[in-house]
Amino acid sequence: MDLTWSEREERFRDECRAWLAANVPPEPLPSGDTREGFALHLEWERKLYEARWAVVSWPPEYGGRGASLWEWLIFEEEYYRAGAPQRVTQNGVFLLAPTLFEFGTQAQKDRYLPRMAAAEDLWCQGWSEPNAGSDLAGIKSRAVRDEAAGGWRLTGQKTWTTRGAFCTHLFGLFRTDPQAERHRGLTYFLVPLDTDGVTVRGVGRLDGDEGFAEVFFEDAFVSDDCVLGGVNEGWNVAMATTSSERGLTLRSPGRFTATAARLVELYHQRAREADPSVRDDVIQGWMDAEAYRLYTLADVTNIVEGRPPGARSSLNKIWWSELDVRLHETALALLGAHGELVAGAPEAVEGGAWMKGYQFALSGPIYAGTNEIQRNVIAERVLGLPRR
Amino acid sequence: MRFAFTDEQLWFRDAVRDLLDKECPPEAVRYAWVNHDGRADHAWEALAEMGVIGLTVSEAYGGLGLTDLDLVLLLEETGRVALPEPIVETTAVAAPLLEAVGSDDLKAAWLPRIAAGEAIVAVGFVGTPFVLHANVADLLVLEREDRLFALPADRATIEQQPSVDGARRLYTVDWNRNDEIPLVSGTEGWHQVNAAFDRGALGTAAQLLGLADHLLAVTVDYVKQREQFGVPVGSFQAVKHHLADALLQLEFARPVVYHAAYSMAHGLDTRSRDVSMAKCYASRAASLVARKALQCHGAIGYTVEYDLHLWMKRVWALAASWGDASYHRRRVALDVLGPPTGPSGPELRNRSAHA
Repeated sequence: MDLTWSEREERFRDECRAWLAANVPPEPLPSGDTREGFALHLEWERKLYEARWAVVSWPPEYGGRGASLWEWLIFEEEYYRAGAPQRVTQNGVFLLAPTLFEFGTQAQKDRYLPRMAAAEDLWCQGWSEPNAGSDLAGIKSRAVRDEAAGGWRLTGQKTWTTRGAFCTHLFGLFRTDPQAERHRGLTYFLVPLDTDGVTVRGVGRLDGDEGFAEVFFEDAFVSDDCVLGGVNEGWNVAMATTSSERGLTLRSPGRFTATAARLVELYHQRAREADPSVRDDVIQGWMDAEAYRLYTLADVTNIVEGRPPGARSSLNKIWWSELDVRLHETALALLGAHGELVAGAPEAVEGGAWMKGYQFALSGPIYAGTNEIQRNVIAERVLGLPRR
Repeated sequence: MRFAFTDEQLWFRDAVRDLLDKECPPEAVRYAWVNHDGRADHAWEALAEMGVIGLTVSEAYGGLGLTDLDLVLLLEETGRVALPEPIVETTAVAAPLLEAVGSDDLKAAWLPRIAAGEAIVAVGFVGTPFVLHANVADLLVLEREDRLFALPADRATIEQQPSVDGARRLYTVDWNRNDEIPLVSGTEGWHQVNAAFDRGALGTAAQLLGLADHLLAVTVDYVKQREQFGVPVGSFQAVKHHLADALLQLEFARPVVYHAAYSMAHGLDTRSRDVSMAKCYASRAASLVARKALQCHGAIGYTVEYDLHLWMKRVWALAASWGDASYHRRRVALDVLGPPTGPSGPELRNRSAHA
């Protein structure tokens, strides 16, 4: 056991810290889940790309630095510590990209990855449907083969599509074999949203931002090379994506240790006015973020040494999503009567960021497979309990 | 960066696990509830022969001279079988403390005997006042008010304080001041005493991990075979969620405890805070696992004829000893947040006059 960073890793940390210190916008950007905010976030992400910090773990030919998993972790820690903006490209970069690297053809990788890294193509995830959320195998949107045209015709509806209203591309699951068992007849498609027959409609979220979209497909044609990982193989490809989504690639610990550090600062500002019992919640939140960091160090050690977490990534997902809610609940308790004030209120603390963050945190136990589903996965696939 | 144990450490762990499965089956724990001394029959000798009891004693005195990081996995194993022996007190706490603050005579007299498994040292610290296994100890190490001293056990008068766990023989101790052998003086000495307290909390946290692991494993087995409404109860979502939560808390406590062992072994500045986090997490996780284990067993788990209670009661006992979860959370809070603005509880170690 050696819990120290190498000289090389320390140099990497210094380098990203220095760049972030010089470049992170001094004032927080408006929410990336509004049209104006999204545009400002893209400016930031392109700046990140120019300096080759957008996708540090990717190979250099696709715009990355070939950074190790450890260095990626360091980068994330520094990124959040510096208070840098949330990544509006994250669904492409953190969810689709690992899947593309694993299942994509060379042509697909060459076509999509550099533009994704440069925040030119903006990807959203088209999985959920009005009647298939966490129960993905219940997907009804279908893709029908058009032999003559050499492609597929997509029909159906996707929903809860994060930032779908602002994105250019969608990766989604469509049913290609209606006769097959529920999860066997699915195919993973890469779809440009400007395709004829695709309509996108924004849906207001809990926090009022237009961050969601419904996406309608009416006989929309896509060519064969938009299939990722083989026809009727969509389930296996999607499972690789969920492992990234639930595990650490989407939610590195830096994000939560930075939130916990902000909570500690807030405690120092507000402790005198707050109920003394909140102190326990503050320190518990701080420890839970630290525990996630330590858990991740063990996780990364295992991955690096060839022991991937598999279904155990559901443990991460429950931990970070419930931690995020608790950190924000505790902050609101410290704020007392100020807790309900949002952006625009002259008396709002930090521009109402904690209430805003609380509402976002509440989505964590729902998306990427509800935490109830995660608990079933843990019980069945980690503990080996009978399915039915 | 590598947050994992070495192959040698894991091999040693496996060997100790095999030995304890043989020397400390549930019948041995059950027997320790009713026999005269509250101990298992041959486990201590077998562990000593393997080097476990003397693991922290330096090679000069016949031990293995290994560290807290080597010990933590082994203590976890002693928790897994609910070993009814004062191994945390003797091996994790007393041996390194005597080595650090004892006189040459004292060390020469006791450390080789500890390493050989011939002497048991019981300890009583401020904050953990009931002395485990004082009835079978050869030497007592006691902290009272601003003093730490050794006391030959035959000079002490002891009074049993029955514990919820019948295999934990706890005592309050009385003695004649003239029989004391003073152990510490000066700031460095008290630094060592604080480290010893931390080692007790850490060792107990490790045992709690093992206990929780065992409780979860037997519960998973039970709900797979126990049928109600024509199906195994483990197929019910409510039961699955109880056990998923149990695993979640246990798996996130685990790296916290191992990290504290690393801090302890390397003498990091954050040692006390890291240990407190470990004890807080292990106490909470094991208490939750015990609660879920009982619920998922139903009424059979509520009987003393079934083994489950042996492990649950050890969890409750250890969760309360060497500082409970609230005590240790408060200690972390003092380090991270500074002093509270309102009233505080009992004085915390490391912020006392000795710090």
